[in-house]
Amino acid sequence: MTETSDHEHLHQYDPGHEHPLQADQDDSITYFKVMEAAVRNLLIEKKLITAEQIREKIEQMDARVPANGAKIIAKSWVDLEFKRKLLANPRKAIAEFGHDIGPLHLIVLENTEKVHNVVVCTLCSCYPRWILGLPPDWYKSREYRSRVVREPREVLQEFGTNISLDREVRVHDSTADMRYLVLPMRPKGSEGMTEDELVPLIGRDAMIGVTEVTV
Amino acid sequence: MERDFTARGNHDMGGLTAGEINKNEHDYALWEKRVDAIMMLLTNDLKIMTVDQLRKGIEALPPDAYDKMTYYERWISSITNGLVEAGVISTEELRSRMAKVSSEPLREKES
Repeated sequence: MTETSDHEHLHQYDPGHEHPLQADQDDSITYFKVMEAAVRNLLIEKKLITAEQIREKIEQMDARVPANGAKIIAKSWVDLEFKRKLLANPRKAIAEFGHDIGPLHLIVLENTEKVHNVVVCTLCSCYPRWILGLPPDWYKSREYRSRVVREPREVLQEFGTNISLDREVRVHDSTADMRYLVLPMRPKGSEGMTEDELVPLIGRDAMIGVTEVTV
Repeated sequence: MERDFTARGNHDMGGLTAGEINKNEHDYALWEKRVDAIMMLLTNDLKIMTVDQLRKGIEALPPDAYDKMTYYERWISSITNGLVEAGVISTEELRSRMAKVSSEPLREKES
């Protein structure tokens, strides 16, 4: 996908230009964008949904960012009782952070000196989106979905992650009803850090399992 | 040619060989977020559609279309099919509304 929300280059256009702006896919009209607008208009006209509801959903979507997951991970590093709860009953533990996972199931996978976990959805794009937000493009790509279950160590290397051969690599295939969150290992050198200091170290990719957390 | 019912679906790609992973990411466009929002409203709020219906509609796409379409293009095509199948909108309504939308100036920035 090549879309971008960067509109900077539009300023290069001559305001008197007669042609519609096509350069940025975000501003071009495609068949499926027309379809979205048509379906949305029809649903609003039939009083099934409102424009306000769409805006609210998008606001909720925008509020779901990987930092939400990072806070959960950081707490589990400094609070062993919380970590125990997170592994035993993820739904209940993340509810403390205000995240409601609805009818879905969540499993938290703990990385250790012996095991490294990585998550995929080979059939589509299932992802713990209420914690991490929308998945990155590569997570939904043919290349990642095909290969990570076949040659996980090679795929991890493409992300700059070398898992030593004495550590087992486990790949977890998500379903619509079953989502996974990786609990990365707390990095060496972070022993003196507080929970708040740890949060920014924990990136989205480490919670998918394609990277490890470093100081 | 008869369809081979034992062949795996195009979406069922786990374990196949493929090239290097492209790690470039794009920020989701507003229209893509709206597709997502429509789906959330149809499933969670209105219960007109299910996630499984969405998935089934995507998996039913012809392989070349599946590969060519972007992620949210697959979604809106499956959502639209689901709404037509459920009788929520008719194909005639859809056709004329799409024609109307196409004839209007850029609507991307609305809502």
